[in-house]
Amino acid sequence: MRQAFCNGLMREQSRRDFVFLTGDLGFRALEPLRDAMGPRFINAGVAEQNMVSVAAGLARQKFRPWVYSIAPFVFARPFEQIRNDICLHDLPVVLVGNGGGYGYGVMGSTHHALEDYGVLLTLSGLQVVIPAFDNDLSTIIPSLFESKCPTYLRLGLGEQPKAWTTPPFAPWRKLVSGEGGTLIAIGPLAGSLWAACAEESESTRPNLWCLSQLPLSKLPEELLSDLEKSSRVTIAEEHVAHGSAGHALSMALLQLNCSPASLRHVTARGYPSGRYGSQKFHRAECGLDPVSLLATFVPEATR
Amino acid sequence: MNRVLNLIESFNPEPQATASLESVACGSGLNKTADCANLIYRCSPVSISTMPTIDSVEARRAAAARLRLLQMHFESGVGHIGGNLSCLDILLSIYHDVLTDIDQFVLSKGHAAGALYTALWSVGRLSDSDLHTFHRDGTLLSGHPPARGIADIPFATGSLGHGVGLAAGLALGQRLNETAGRVICLTSDGEWNEGSTWESLIFSKHHQLANLVVIIDQNGLQGFGTTSDVADLSPLADKFRAFGLMTVELDGHDQAALTPVLNSTNFPGPLMIVAKTIKGHGVSFMENRLEWHYLPMTAEQYEQACLEVAHP
Repeated sequence: MRQAFCNGLMREQSRRDFVFLTGDLGFRALEPLRDAMGPRFINAGVAEQNMVSVAAGLARQKFRPWVYSIAPFVFARPFEQIRNDICLHDLPVVLVGNGGGYGYGVMGSTHHALEDYGVLLTLSGLQVVIPAFDNDLSTIIPSLFESKCPTYLRLGLGEQPKAWTTPPFAPWRKLVSGEGGTLIAIGPLAGSLWAACAEESESTRPNLWCLSQLPLSKLPEELLSDLEKSSRVTIAEEHVAHGSAGHALSMALLQLNCSPASLRHVTARGYPSGRYGSQKFHRAECGLDPVSLLATFVPEATR
Repeated sequence: MNRVLNLIESFNPEPQATASLESVACGSGLNKTADCANLIYRCSPVSISTMPTIDSVEARRAAAARLRLLQMHFESGVGHIGGNLSCLDILLSIYHDVLTDIDQFVLSKGHAAGALYTALWSVGRLSDSDLHTFHRDGTLLSGHPPARGIADIPFATGSLGHGVGLAAGLALGQRLNETAGRVICLTSDGEWNEGSTWESLIFSKHHQLANLVVIIDQNGLQGFGTTSDVADLSPLADKFRAFGLMTVELDGHDQAALTPVLNSTNFPGPLMIVAKTIKGHGVSFMENRLEWHYLPMTAEQYEQACLEVAHP
């Protein structure tokens, strides 16, 4: 997704109000942007607190700063700068966290971001965008240049099955229709489930919905209809339960008097075995892999 | 208290600053303490010329501001007086003699909001009635600078270690916009315990932000001890010089010395000014006393403080 991210920003690089700050990251991905933007591409060094404060100062001067790092380094280390310097002033800074969830795999727990959007959504006025597919960025990036509020853009690995065309970016997208229930996944995780869902028969597989934006906007009528008809509903996300999309969605459904007969929430659970591995390894340990998630809907998938 | 009343009544009350925060909405009516304080002293930037015992314009201006700051803190029963008095002369110099419309100022030591509001009052950007709202329900003049509502205050500050980075961003923005102007940031000395200030210093030096001035209010006292006892950074100026930064040390209460340095512009990178100051400056029983980082004044203390400021 980093390549698509860079390509999307390259289309905006001539904007005079665009400033890109990186916390000394971007090797083999952001070089074209660096070379094109000249002094408006700033390697702020390994100093994320200062980088966020500088971005706030630039935004006060009417620039559109984008602040980039590995996800935990851009949301956790400078949290107070995000809260005070950006969000208290409603400055339209885009914080870009690469490798959300277990994205950095076997690099280890310090490089994972399992709490990022939950923590950031506690801040007033901040929106979170979690693209599921590389193509999403061609829509998201121009729209964020027009946004009036702070944004956290969580980048992951775009997992788009080659057999299907991704629908245009939207906060909610239905990827697969089925009669076996409803499975809601957040961001790229939805892409990782798409093929497994689609390969099952329509009568047994679940509807697969992808959520890519928080806080929740109005829930689509079709989603509510699917939930009404579903005896089993699962929400899956590569994020801890606290502050999760699942909790927000549960509250929204309660307020709408929509009560699925069975609701499972499958989340990141840290490091159950105490061992490290790829993103797929960690997803599987938490039951976020396709086989585990489909088992509820399609029992034979477990065999 | 009567001695103060007699003294103060010899000064000519003048209309206060014309600027006012229209959006300030506060409870009306002062308490008894505040009413008393109102009677004690009303001073404006104009009336300072009538002060009988203080000779220079800067000193009269500073005395008037000190009295107004004391009044504001007394009325509201608010502490943080020591650190406000240590940097008030610096702020007066900045607002009266340095800042132009194209410059910007960031108060990194947000606990000196009282001094900032008083300096803005001194130059007519806040009114006397604005200052009466300090620390009251519905005010814009909170104990640390607000995030919005006062055009002269670009950022809410108060958590230490943010201001230099914010100022660096403003300064970098000026450069990228190819606009003139400078950014001045005032920090405390204890604030240099924060790692983020050093991050910002490295950034500012690396990018040669020649339009950035960072002033350190070096009063030697921080939250729970002296700066040398808590986390000794002395000699602080030498540390800045080791970064390759132009660094000036001066008396932070000598506006005649401070102003020309602040107005000098021929530096290749950020200018660091280590301003030696006295916490609680101008009030003998507050000077260099840790407790005046926190304590509000009693009526008796307020009376004595006013007398000392008016008759240094």
